[in-house]
Amino acid sequence: MHIMVILIGFSLFIALCFLIFFLLAVRSGQYDDQHTPAIRMLFDDTDPKSTEEENSPAEANS
Amino acid sequence: MSEKLAGQDEKVLCYHCGDPCGSRGITADDRQFCCTGCRTVYEILRDNDLTGYYQMEESPPGMSLRRLASARKYDFLDNQDLVRQLLDFSDDDISQITLKIPGMHCASCIWLLERLDRFGTGIIRSMVHFPRKEVTITYRHGVITLRELATLIASLGYEPLLELTEGKDRSWRRENRRLYYQIGIAGFAFGNIMLYSFPEYLAMGDTIDPLFKRIFGYLSIVLSLPVLFYSSIDYFRSAWNGLRQKLLNIDVPITLGIAVLFSRSLWEIVTGSGTGYLDSFSGLVFFLLIGKLFQKKTYQALAFDRDYRSYFPLSVAKLEAGEEVSVPLADLQPGDRFVVRNGELAPVDSLLIEGEGSLDYSFVTGESDLINRQSGDLIYAGGRQLGPALQLEALREVSQSQLTRLWNNDIFTKPSPARLTQTVNEVSKYFTTVILAIALAATAYWLRIDTAKAAHVFTAVLIVACPCALALSYPFALGTAQRVLGRKRLFLKNAETVETLAKIDTIVFDKTGTLTRSTPLTINFSGKILSADELTMIKSLTRHSTHPLSRNIHAVLDIPADFLVRGYEEVPGMGIRGTVDGKDITLGSREWAGAPRGDDIPDSHDHSRVYLAIDGMYRGAFLIPNKYRRGLKTLLDTIRNKYRIHVLSGDSERDSSELRDIFGPQATMHFRQSPEEKMDYIHELQKNGRHVLMVGDGLNDAGALKASDAGISVSEDINAFSPACDGILSADSFSDLPRMLRFTRASMTVILASFGISFIYNLAGLSFAVAGLLTPLVAAILMPASSITVVAFATLATNFRARLIGIGT
Repeated sequence: MHIMVILIGFSLFIALCFLIFFLLAVRSGQYDDQHTPAIRMLFDDTDPKSTEEENSPAEANS
Repeated sequence: MSEKLAGQDEKVLCYHCGDPCGSRGITADDRQFCCTGCRTVYEILRDNDLTGYYQMEESPPGMSLRRLASARKYDFLDNQDLVRQLLDFSDDDISQITLKIPGMHCASCIWLLERLDRFGTGIIRSMVHFPRKEVTITYRHGVITLRELATLIASLGYEPLLELTEGKDRSWRRENRRLYYQIGIAGFAFGNIMLYSFPEYLAMGDTIDPLFKRIFGYLSIVLSLPVLFYSSIDYFRSAWNGLRQKLLNIDVPITLGIAVLFSRSLWEIVTGSGTGYLDSFSGLVFFLLIGKLFQKKTYQALAFDRDYRSYFPLSVAKLEAGEEVSVPLADLQPGDRFVVRNGELAPVDSLLIEGEGSLDYSFVTGESDLINRQSGDLIYAGGRQLGPALQLEALREVSQSQLTRLWNNDIFTKPSPARLTQTVNEVSKYFTTVILAIALAATAYWLRIDTAKAAHVFTAVLIVACPCALALSYPFALGTAQRVLGRKRLFLKNAETVETLAKIDTIVFDKTGTLTRSTPLTINFSGKILSADELTMIKSLTRHSTHPLSRNIHAVLDIPADFLVRGYEEVPGMGIRGTVDGKDITLGSREWAGAPRGDDIPDSHDHSRVYLAIDGMYRGAFLIPNKYRRGLKTLLDTIRNKYRIHVLSGDSERDSSELRDIFGPQATMHFRQSPEEKMDYIHELQKNGRHVLMVGDGLNDAGALKASDAGISVSEDINAFSPACDGILSADSFSDLPRMLRFTRASMTVILASFGISFIYNLAGLSFAVAGLLTPLVAAILMPASSITVVAFATLATNFRARLIGIGT
């Protein structure tokens, strides 16, 4: 049964690690803005010039 | 192309901002733009390969640039001391600044503002914080100055808001993170304490080793200490602050609940009489904080649609090359010269250039002594000129927030009988006491039956009864209503005015300047022909007055107003007088100008008359046609049956028959009313139990506007801003007034409905809690959920009603 004491200590230690990671994440600013990154990730990485060239003829035709 | 343009004027929308192009649309690259400003932005973006901006959203994302800020607007950013105050960070090479950009509104804005580095010079990185409408820019200050940076962003249509007072306030970030820390710690403790409570949950408390029981108990205490002393500390603080001011605020019951749960658990564990409820305790704090976070986010999202383009519909007479031009107040830039006439308010801190200032600062200080100022002196915003017109030079930009503060000065707060706000405040005073009494009674009852449950019942009652929903629905519904009306160009002093407007049962209209438009095309003069010099004198004299008829004469005489006016005098209800170029000019009513009784002026019903005397000699009268506002008849048809209508006119009865035609037989009309008589008339109506809305032109009816329950000034071409009124209505929106009034009443029903919802919710929650069926944990989840529901309901329902009535967006 006394193995339980060690196990409890171990589980508490792991939980503490997670807590510390969370606190560090907050500290680094990851939770300051949760809206903009969600939009930002939808932008294309490609150069907008190429997008423009692909799209503009189609637009002119329509 | 141009033919096509002319054919579908209405249809062609600006490629950049989406506004209708009208007949003056400009074409570039086969695309239409409403103005050169928009085209310029398009060209800048095209040249920098940033046209992806236009493909991000369905509708054109740009901001209209018809009212572009002047190039010199950001000159003050050359001041290095000032720049240092604004910067977040700066070293030898690199600076970082966070700019507030109220115009940011869609994904395209984010896209463009995060690509500022494409504009080449000096900008290293830009990052948007959309919910706060901020962009953080890192740049090389050796290559681009802050002024150039601000001008660049403004030239794209995103004018940054630079206010030193708000400047570097970063406390929101600290508070935000603090809440996450608190949640993290509470959640951590909650999870682990639950683990130690497992034997209890599985009802095997008797089978395990008493040693473990003690270990589990003490570990739980250790874990719950940071929850008590860090995570829940804000509730304790707020409750303590309330108690110190002898107030039982809504945090008192919550705090009490938390404290009871914790101390009871502590006692059980230490004495070994039980296992305590520390799992409930930490869970309660955890869910309360999560609820707080959600509440914060909901409020932020709902408050988010505030209208960034709206501005008081006020004008100011700006001097451009010696000519007076009426421009929107918002367009006044530092360095601009403008004219403040008799009765007008200086809208901004300015330098007195010309004229004898005798200023009444009662709007600012409450002291009504006149203060004399000479040219070269400083005049603070809010000073009201009483006397001849002044020429001022604006020292800074007009700040809407400063005007709003002035407007809401306590001096003008009207005594408001039996408002709903007050009722709510009265009720909430007793609310906490009543809840405490219920909680104590329920606990006393449960102590006799089940001691263990008593602590739970006590806490659950206190948590579930939180009246936040009740307290929040009111400001949210009225705030939304105020915004909706603002978008329709009725600007209200504060949200409470919506409530006052909803109660109105009598409307009093002023005639001249309110029912009539103040820009007729022609004015006739009947009498001895006037020389060019005399006309110039008259123009010079009328320049000083804000009376609609003076403004009419001034506007029609298309000659320069060169003469200096001495001894200017204006008597409300009578007329104006002054010495111009050595001659005494008197303009005004028949008595004022000393006109003979039986004059030979042709009798006409639809004219107002302004009599003229020069050097005491009666010369004749100006005949100013009464041009009633468009839509006046339809407006009156809609409100005739709902309100008692009164018309007060300073004019004679001549046009009474025409007015009667428009207003119908039920309306009460009074003529030849002096400002004092108008005020007394309103007092009289109020004595008879009427709730009076006065609609006037702002300055000449100031007394009546102040006396009425709600005073609205219709603003056209004068700076009609008078803190005495409760609302400013743009003359263009005059015909929308009935719908706006209907909307205020609809808003009140929304509030009553949300009160009903939150009341039913509280009653149901309370009965479950008293019956012992609600654990503190569930109560902690329900509480913020109810607040969010009620607030969302109040906001959405108000917007929905606005759309139904036809003044929504």
